[in-house]
Amino acid sequence: MNVIEILFWFLSVMALGGAVMVVSSKSPVHSILYLILTFFAISGHYILMNAQFLAIVNIIVYAGAIMVLFLFVVMLMNLNADSEPHQKNKWILYIGGIAGGSLLLIIVAALKQTAAATQLVQMNSGNTGLIKNLGMLLFTDYVFPFEISSILFLSAMIGAVIISKKEA
Amino acid sequence: MPVYYYIFLAVALFSIGVIGVLIRRNMIIIFMCVELMLNAANLLLVAFSKMHQQVLGDIKPTAASDAQVFVFFIMVVAAAEVTVGLAIIVMLYRNTHSVDVNFLNRLKN
Repeated sequence: MNVIEILFWFLSVMALGGAVMVVSSKSPVHSILYLILTFFAISGHYILMNAQFLAIVNIIVYAGAIMVLFLFVVMLMNLNADSEPHQKNKWILYIGGIAGGSLLLIIVAALKQTAAATQLVQMNSGNTGLIKNLGMLLFTDYVFPFEISSILFLSAMIGAVIISKKEA
Repeated sequence: MPVYYYIFLAVALFSIGVIGVLIRRNMIIIFMCVELMLNAANLLLVAFSKMHQQVLGDIKPTAASDAQVFVFFIMVVAAAEVTVGLAIIVMLYRNTHSVDVNFLNRLKN
């Protein structure tokens, strides 16, 4: 068991534990903090696969900007464990758990036997994920979607302002 | 590292997100579970990209870069989605003084 495998298992346990705590914690602030932990674990996976650009973007955009936005909204509304709407119908809990568990079970059972599943993933080497190559690709082949995404951001910005305006 | 470890990790994260959407009633938590599912898909895309690079890397050093560009665009769309979604949640909280997702049926009339 070399250091990459140890790091893989550590980050996997961290991501899954964080994800379970997101769903099960009572306080929304704790959920957000556990989701940040999960995102850091996923960024660690990206670094392990030498996808450095995505690791940094994941930390800056997700763990930085988006989760701070969530935290800001939760603190604006002053939500805590007491104001949490609890699930009155216990059956929903069981049905949701069974449905999600069945999804996991079926996908794992379907993919366990495929031949392609045993192929190796290139760890800690290769230059696909470096910012030089992705930047070249982003400004040559994908320059049109890149510009379209700026229009998407503009419309999202205008939409957010219009929605949150009082008595629009 | 074989790719099925990454497949199972991503599927497990996705299923936890599905369970969270199904059982929680707090709109913000549901929204965070959607983000979790998007991240599971991102992780799988990167793993498959590196799987193809393991095969093709000697012939073409920048093979399978497209998947990582897709992940970048998924993050872009997720950021735009979060701004609008949180604006809707704030507006709904202002009207109903709750983040319970069942109060969304008040939008009927």
